[in-house]
Amino acid sequence: MLHKPLGLLAELTHRCPLGCPYCSNPLALDAREDELDTAAWLRVFREAAELGVLQLHLSGGEPGARRDLVDLAAGAHVAGLYTNLITSAVGITEETLGALAKAGLDHVQISIQDSDAASADRIAGYRGAFAKKRALAAAVVRHNLLLTVNAVVHRANIERIGDMVDLALALGASRIEIAHVQYYGWALKNRAALMPSRAQVERAAAALSELRSRHHGRIVIDAVIPDYYARYPKPCVGGWGRRSLNVTPSGKVLPCHAAESLTGLEFWNVRQHSLADIWANSPAFNAFRGTAWMKEPCASCPRRELDFGGCRCQAFALTGDAAATDPVCQLAPDHARVAQLAAVQTDAPYAYRRM
Amino acid sequence: MEHRLSDPSALIPSEARPRLPRGVRLVHNEAQGGWILLAPERVFKADAIAAEIIKRCTGEVTFAELVDELAKSYAAPRERVLADVGALLRGLADKRLLEL
Repeated sequence: MLHKPLGLLAELTHRCPLGCPYCSNPLALDAREDELDTAAWLRVFREAAELGVLQLHLSGGEPGARRDLVDLAAGAHVAGLYTNLITSAVGITEETLGALAKAGLDHVQISIQDSDAASADRIAGYRGAFAKKRALAAAVVRHNLLLTVNAVVHRANIERIGDMVDLALALGASRIEIAHVQYYGWALKNRAALMPSRAQVERAAAALSELRSRHHGRIVIDAVIPDYYARYPKPCVGGWGRRSLNVTPSGKVLPCHAAESLTGLEFWNVRQHSLADIWANSPAFNAFRGTAWMKEPCASCPRRELDFGGCRCQAFALTGDAAATDPVCQLAPDHARVAQLAAVQTDAPYAYRRM
Repeated sequence: MEHRLSDPSALIPSEARPRLPRGVRLVHNEAQGGWILLAPERVFKADAIAAEIIKRCTGEVTFAELVDELAKSYAAPRERVLADVGALLRGLADKRLLEL
């Protein structure tokens, strides 16, 4: 049975003032002149709502780099979508935020790179970013919008999870995501410089559990597991072509934000096809939908509809075969390779994400 | 989790006026087959009874009034409605989906 998607991630632009070395955008970034225009995005939002999408995530790059951001948020709201802004906070003024709130924006997620200002700015590759984040977070709360803080953790900041939760509480956030780096694209390029040690990961897990019980009812703490130290893989995007879709700045529709790293898949574009047509018929969406594509050990595994074989992009990145079991899984034939890769760690400088 | 059962502060005060914060919305969606509570990067399916309870969380009525009304409209023992509705609303409040 074909599920209806619940969420759409709209990468409005790949332009971003920050240079985070774990950026989820692809290494080959879309140029400004290739971006969809306002009318095309608004049509995508209406088609998404008709298809059953409930939540829209306005992301990037930095969505604030789009001059039409307020018009896009307003159109999404009119289409009936729950609209979430995912921002670095750099490039969104309080005036823009006020206009967004008025336009019907439902929620704002602001990334922080660390709880320590100097370290945060070093990781972001942008001096003064941390101060701008604090200022926008305060404005979000003043406008009575719910705030989520997103903190990506890695070897340089993983010891300060507790401080990051305290910071989120001080900023007035109702939710924080503690997300271990996922190694695709820029993060794969910077893997050794981001990879935490096993001891760090274990301390972080203990800290997280203590923080959750201490702050129960005050702030929701969601976590993204450290893949390379896990025993089972994550159910990537809740199953390929099952719950969500991603539209790139130039209009390509992907089952997940990293899917373009899979060579040989055919992605359809909203310039040529409706979203409903793409969801049902595009070759990329059908490539790994359901369980029929699986090989052993996935094909007969009792967990096959829990984690859907894990992440296709990770399977491809680590084994060269997009239909292989995600090597993060302890049952995967290539599982030992993950531990070898995780053991390669360095404090060398990052390759910052740049256009 | 277990402290919720024994901790009296976890109970919902009778005079609390539960309401959904801005950014949390209950919607009916045909394509997704029913009532859905939309929240920051989370989506919860709500059954018909949960939806009826959440619909009444407008900040206008107190928790005690809400329980009275539900007990009346469902012809159910007040004690039981109090326990069930209290558990639902406490769970939502702990997830920051409800203001008390």
